[in-house]
Amino acid sequence: MDLELTSDQELLRDTTRGFLTDSMPLSAVRGLAEAPSGFDREWWKKGADLGWTSLLVSEARGGGSISGDGLRDLALVAEEMGAMVSPGPLIPTNVVAQTLSVEGSGDQAERVLPSLLSGDAIAAWCIAEPGRPFDPTGVTLLAEPERDGFVLDGVKLPVEAGGEADWLLVTATGPDGLSQFLVPSSAPGVHVTELRGLDLVRRNAAIRFEGVRVAASDVVGELGGAAPSFERQLQTALVLQCAEIVGAAARVFEFTVQYAFDRSSFGRALASYQALKHRFADMLLWLESAQAITVDATNAVQAGAPDATEVARIAKAYVGERCPELIQDCVQLHGGIGVTWEHDLHLYLRRVVLHRQTYGDPTEHRDRVAMLAS
Amino acid sequence: MTVVATAPEGLYEDLDVFRARAIRWVEANLEPLGSADPSVGHATDDTDQVVRAKAIQRKLWDAGFAGLCYPVEYGGQGLPADYQNAFIEITRGYELPMLFNTPTFTIILPTILDFGTEEQKQRFIRAALRGEELWVQFLSEPSGGSDLAGALTRADRDGDVFLLNGSKIWSTYAWRSDYALCVCRTDWDVPKHRGLSVLIVKVHQPGITITQIKHVDGTEEFCQEFFDDVPIPVEDVLGQVNDGWNVASRLLLHERAAVSGSSPYAMRPRTTRHESDQIGALLLSGADDRQARQLIGEARVLTRVHSALVGRIGTSIRTSRLPAEAGSIPRLSNGMLRVRLATIAIEIAGTRAVAWQEGDPAGNLGVAYLGRQGVCLGGGTTEIARNIISERVLGMPREPADDRARPFREVRTNASVPRNRA
Repeated sequence: MDLELTSDQELLRDTTRGFLTDSMPLSAVRGLAEAPSGFDREWWKKGADLGWTSLLVSEARGGGSISGDGLRDLALVAEEMGAMVSPGPLIPTNVVAQTLSVEGSGDQAERVLPSLLSGDAIAAWCIAEPGRPFDPTGVTLLAEPERDGFVLDGVKLPVEAGGEADWLLVTATGPDGLSQFLVPSSAPGVHVTELRGLDLVRRNAAIRFEGVRVAASDVVGELGGAAPSFERQLQTALVLQCAEIVGAAARVFEFTVQYAFDRSSFGRALASYQALKHRFADMLLWLESAQAITVDATNAVQAGAPDATEVARIAKAYVGERCPELIQDCVQLHGGIGVTWEHDLHLYLRRVVLHRQTYGDPTEHRDRVAMLAS
Repeated sequence: MTVVATAPEGLYEDLDVFRARAIRWVEANLEPLGSADPSVGHATDDTDQVVRAKAIQRKLWDAGFAGLCYPVEYGGQGLPADYQNAFIEITRGYELPMLFNTPTFTIILPTILDFGTEEQKQRFIRAALRGEELWVQFLSEPSGGSDLAGALTRADRDGDVFLLNGSKIWSTYAWRSDYALCVCRTDWDVPKHRGLSVLIVKVHQPGITITQIKHVDGTEEFCQEFFDDVPIPVEDVLGQVNDGWNVASRLLLHERAAVSGSSPYAMRPRTTRHESDQIGALLLSGADDRQARQLIGEARVLTRVHSALVGRIGTSIRTSRLPAEAGSIPRLSNGMLRVRLATIAIEIAGTRAVAWQEGDPAGNLGVAYLGRQGVCLGGGTTEIARNIISERVLGMPREPADDRARPFREVRTNASVPRNRA
């Protein structure tokens, strides 16, 4: 996807690709569909050894990336994961790790980051609420101050990897404004319900917070200062989503083009029909466009560019809208086999639709892009 | 002819020094665009546009800012592409002689650089960079636009000249151009691609009649030309006689680079900014309308994605990740984008697009919608672009054709098909 990789980045990409191909082929992904957890913890720890959890964490806090551009590196990992519809809590764990690296207290970082970075612990970013817009105004979960801490009450849904998470980063509202709290999932009053979901291995949960007591020292960053963190967290999540979607779409396009060469009807290859060739031309245009804007968004967010806010949303609005359509076209071009359980197409479609709908859908992001314009 | 992207150290004026010098000169010598359309500038009418463009180009020449990426021996500055990119940034918001941009600088001169004799390069590149000569392309014919190699316009050798006969169409502003590159047939007894030549034609001379074609928006930029025994000196063939398809193919590659924004010779990348600004202005009256915000959001998304695509494909062609024919991808994107923008514009404008107060810019949006498909037709249709992408980039089988393996004389053409089938 990115056309300007250093040799270190190529190495990271190739290592991730090799590891996924060997350890988590699509047959293994299918095998996890019935498992109680969508991923294997020991497998995730091996991924963490490759850098999957540490790229957005500063060196001082135990992380680091060889290129110095952690998000660009992590986007490469995400792209490979998309190509293999890989399991694993890539987005929530990295969003939380980055938050603790940037804003966490020394104590919080010490308590939680080592296990997140090693893959021993999983974290969930508890932000979305049912029926609420995906932005700071959508947060209604209440943090009521009490003598030496806060009491959390409300519901977060959907929470990616919420059923597996050991640590929860909860965004809540209160008299001081929007704040974030670091909560162990074992805390009294935390009720986790696994949701049924479209993706076979990326699971979501509903988490009800019922009088959950947290200490003042569990506030992450400034009390009342979570809105700017939300913007950074969102940009990270959007870049990783787009990279996964583009990785998935590129793989599907690749095997669909091959199918058009291999498959015949009326004595000719499908690839010889102009009606189909023109559709492939359109799909290549969409794929290259999706890759182009994802790279631009990744670079803008990495650099902290002034337009990163806009470009990240533009990328999600475009990639989240266009790539599921692209894959649906690939289903159409496959014919009947494309809508069977047996064919892998639906694994990819499940993944990109999950991404389309979560962390703000294209409609929400277009709306925000328009408001930024005026 | 290739232009290097960045300068090896020490060979050229330091980029920052160049930039500082250019900023000083531009601020002192070029006029700010203000709200004017960048492609028109402050010209009051079509004729004024030619006069202004030639005068501004002459100023650029005199100051040493003409033809930044053209070789020094032909009047250019011989600089790498990043100097041109810097100059594009510096001149943003200023009036430029955009009339020279396409086809003269981005399509015609690069083709002359590729195929011209030393005399032709000395003669024509320098004159254009000096702001003296504007060029036009004589490519499409009334018998068919997409099938360029099926040209019926003929050039028959007669002593020291070729006699040109036939007709060309869809040439932009032919009447205000000085020279043309004309694709014509010089041999009818070989297959179509092997009997073509490209001629350099002086536009204003006896035997050439130019008529203007009125476009649906009322403008008359497109022309049709009729040639009656126009004598073209044999030394005005560009490239070899009967090797015209090779020349024309290169011309089309330069055209795709120009359209896709990857030409190092462009004064300013083709932009849809003016259109989206128009939409944006409309939006300000309806920003509290969620439906309008969806449309303006979509317009901004598509516009920004297109510019990302242009950059990506340009890089991909330079680094050979994709073949040069991938230039058809931004061409297709540009067509699809602008079609959608035109529709979004009238969607936001509502009834104002079809019935407007004198002076209301919303009226332009309705008129622009009428000619909407033009961007999917001109410069090779989007259907041809899709053929090229699927066949040349994805490697899919070519469309069957009945005209490749036999003398062109025997090929069925629109000249030989009766108009009435009865």
